[in-house]
Amino acid sequence: MQIIVCIKPVPDPKYLSRVSLDETTKTLVRENVPTVINPLDKNALEAALSLRERFGGEITVISMAPESCIPVLREALAMGGDRLLVLSDTRFAGSDTLATASIIAAAIQKTGAFDLIICGNETADSGTSQVSPQLAEFLGVPNIMHVSAIEVSDDGVFRIKSRIEAGYVIAELSAPMVLSVIKELNEPRYITLMNILDAEAKDVRVLSADDMILKEPWVGLSGSPTQIVELAAPEKRAKAEILAGDARRQARALADRLYRMGFYHG
Amino acid sequence: MDDVTSKIWVFVEQRRGRIADVGLEILGKALSLAPAAGWKVAAVLLGHGITSMAERLLEYGADEVLVADEKLLEDYCGGTYVAVLERAVLRAKPEVLLIGATAMGTDLAPRLAARLRTGLSAHSIDLELDSKGELIAVIPWSGGDYLGRISCPKSRPQMATINPGIFEIPEKREPRGCIKEMDCAVSAGDHSYRIVEFYQESVAGSSLASAEVIVAGGYGIGKKEDWHYVEELASLLNGAVGSTRPPVDEGWVEHDRMIGQSGRTVYPKLYIGVGISGHMHHIVGIKKADLTIAINQDPDAAVFDHCNVGLVGDFREIIPALIEELKNK
Repeated sequence: MQIIVCIKPVPDPKYLSRVSLDETTKTLVRENVPTVINPLDKNALEAALSLRERFGGEITVISMAPESCIPVLREALAMGGDRLLVLSDTRFAGSDTLATASIIAAAIQKTGAFDLIICGNETADSGTSQVSPQLAEFLGVPNIMHVSAIEVSDDGVFRIKSRIEAGYVIAELSAPMVLSVIKELNEPRYITLMNILDAEAKDVRVLSADDMILKEPWVGLSGSPTQIVELAAPEKRAKAEILAGDARRQARALADRLYRMGFYHG
Repeated sequence: MDDVTSKIWVFVEQRRGRIADVGLEILGKALSLAPAAGWKVAAVLLGHGITSMAERLLEYGADEVLVADEKLLEDYCGGTYVAVLERAVLRAKPEVLLIGATAMGTDLAPRLAARLRTGLSAHSIDLELDSKGELIAVIPWSGGDYLGRISCPKSRPQMATINPGIFEIPEKREPRGCIKEMDCAVSAGDHSYRIVEFYQESVAGSSLASAEVIVAGGYGIGKKEDWHYVEELASLLNGAVGSTRPPVDEGWVEHDRMIGQSGRTVYPKLYIGVGISGHMHHIVGIKKADLTIAINQDPDAAVFDHCNVGLVGDFREIIPALIEELKNK
């Protein structure tokens, strides 16, 4: 089974509050925040690894990212990916989801046939969830979002369970397809020092715009149909009034207030 | 389809005969925006055996209801829904197309936008329309810590997904619109997968939507065994239980309890957040609460920047004490 896993380097969600806004350029400053692989992308990779264990094949990890992110992306090879393809070009900068999907699709068309593309359902930074279905559209294959279980029968029929509001659906289809997975699907494996050392020998390639056939004009900021008009911090309420004293005293003060306001009816 | 005059289209999601609230919410917002540009609003409904639902949409004020009623559209499938909507959009050329940011909408909208090669704003929490018909979608940015104002200047339709619970469902009124049929021919090739199992709880919408009191828990609750503190306080105050994303991911609570960017917006009179750090992902969903109270053991937690009243300490001590004090009233 030929599997492609799409990953994205993102600011570590644990430190997202350190991201600040440059008031002059109206852009976000992320320098103080460590970069990690988007958490759900590891669930996508874990799904690929367990399918490879059963069916054999290869896992190609693809990321559109600056070359400076390669050390972070290598973790995907340590987890078990066979090779890493980094799509890096200054012309890609400022791409919205449509442009990003068209670039990744062009890279995938160049690398060859696939059975399955697996992505995290959303990223921890922009969180649009739009690139994976748009990638499927550009490649002309079906996609399923919010995937919480993947079963494959011996005759190659995929049974995909996906979450909907207060429920789920199960769909049957055959490869190729794009799946966007949620955390419920699996628990990404831990990597050992040996895994990290083994990954050093694996193939890492960088593709620029010149290395692929970009059929579409949808590249970079100028090729993105959506434009950011303004970026601003949302309004804050005034700083909270902190109640004084230990747990009991604070609880009593709050209980008094809730009772007076009619929130407790006994 | 050639006589469709509406320039704002609202995709109204239905599954198995149940209309998703968010479709009505967006319809209401679209009806209030449309006069600025002198436009009309169409509700777009796909499915099978959906005539009565189409009539209901007229009662909610739609100028037109565009219906695709066909057996192959009974269950949502990205391939078929995109094919029908693509054809309709290319023929009638709406300027704006709005879709709820639900499981269905977040699957449908990106794929349709890519097919139409147009721009799509994700998970919008507000919409503006000027007299020239330019749409601005306000979306959460960088995990919700910032808000971006997004436009789509060159391509049409201008598309956006909108979070559930942001706008109010419009009042019913005397129907004035009409129902028009869309070309609903679907080829086997469009039907890219087959739904073999479907399960959805029969509760009509989330009790969070109308709750006057909400007690919500975050990752700081720490473990499933301690989630009962949140439930007990909610129950004592006749309130609903809410959650940030991590407790949902950890399986402490059901997905429909989630408040915020990827959950819903709530309008309670009283909100109490327990063990919630104050990430904007969640905070955007409680901005419209009247009184907000946070319980967190970290005095520097960001949540205290967004709440009216703060209690600093271990919720395992504070909540039992609070319950006892209330019961003594």
